Amino acid sequence: MSPFLFWIFALLLLIFGAAVIFNRNPVASALSLVVSFLALAALFISLNAYFIGIIQVLVYAGAIMVLFLFIIMLLDLRAEELRKINWVASAGGVAVALALIVQIFAVIGKLKIAKQTFPPLPTPTALASGASTSDDVRQIGLLLFTNYNLPFQIIGVVILVATIGVVMLSRRETR
Amino acid sequence: MVTLGHYLIVSAILFAIGFAGVMLRRNIIIILMAVELMLNAANLSLVAFSRFHVDPTGAPNYNAQVFVFFIITVAAAEVAVGLAIVVALFRLRQTTHVEDISSLKF
Repeated sequence: MSPFLFWIFALLLLIFGAAVIFNRNPVASALSLVVSFLALAALFISLNAYFIGIIQVLVYAGAIMVLFLFIIMLLDLRAEELRKINWVASAGGVAVALALIVQIFAVIGKLKIAKQTFPPLPTPTALASGASTSDDVRQIGLLLFTNYNLPFQIIGVVILVATIGVVMLSRRETR
Repeated sequence: MVTLGHYLIVSAILFAIGFAGVMLRRNIIIILMAVELMLNAANLSLVAFSRFHVDPTGAPNYNAQVFVFFIITVAAAEVAVGLAIVVALFRLRQTTHVEDISSLKF
């Protein structure tokens, strides 16, 4: 977890996250979102969450963003022309977002554990003597099939229902 | 040295960016992308806390990572349904601009 890498990927994440919002062209927004998600996956890996980082790349940067780009292509969206901007609504939106961030910063400033560094994981010598860590795929798999077995099956039903719903929604009505 | 607070602040800024996107942009697809940004901000703080709370054997708390796994799965389903609704709406109205779609009944 080198600080240098942390700052590089955090800046990438935030800059391209902001680019998603400020780009006029939907395709550019979607591609910025891909870069932002890749940087987020790097941050996950810097936190020793290898499984989550790889899932992030596969599911988000792979599947979900391809879905977004495919829909943008299907709808043939151009860069939207500048409409008359509702300044009152925009200022309200920015003000609410700023108020939110000030609140979160206040909470993090009060949080004592926020100033502590991360505890070290066991060294390879400790691993050799039987301590188990950093095999996070195995640990997450064990949890999924023991403690979280019921939520795991429910999530399967959710995906099935979503699939059926998408098919129903995108079917042309034949009347 | 990188502390827990650094990750939480990055997560907070990312959430605020997503929130501002939902408030400011009027294109439904961009709004869906901003919602994804907010979900990912929550994921980042969950993983940071997971790494922070190690148990006595020295392993991170994997419960949070299972939770992140579920969030990613639900987000994938949500995006699929949301984009299907956008496509159905576009067929009816030929627009993805939220201000053009302000009536409940077509």
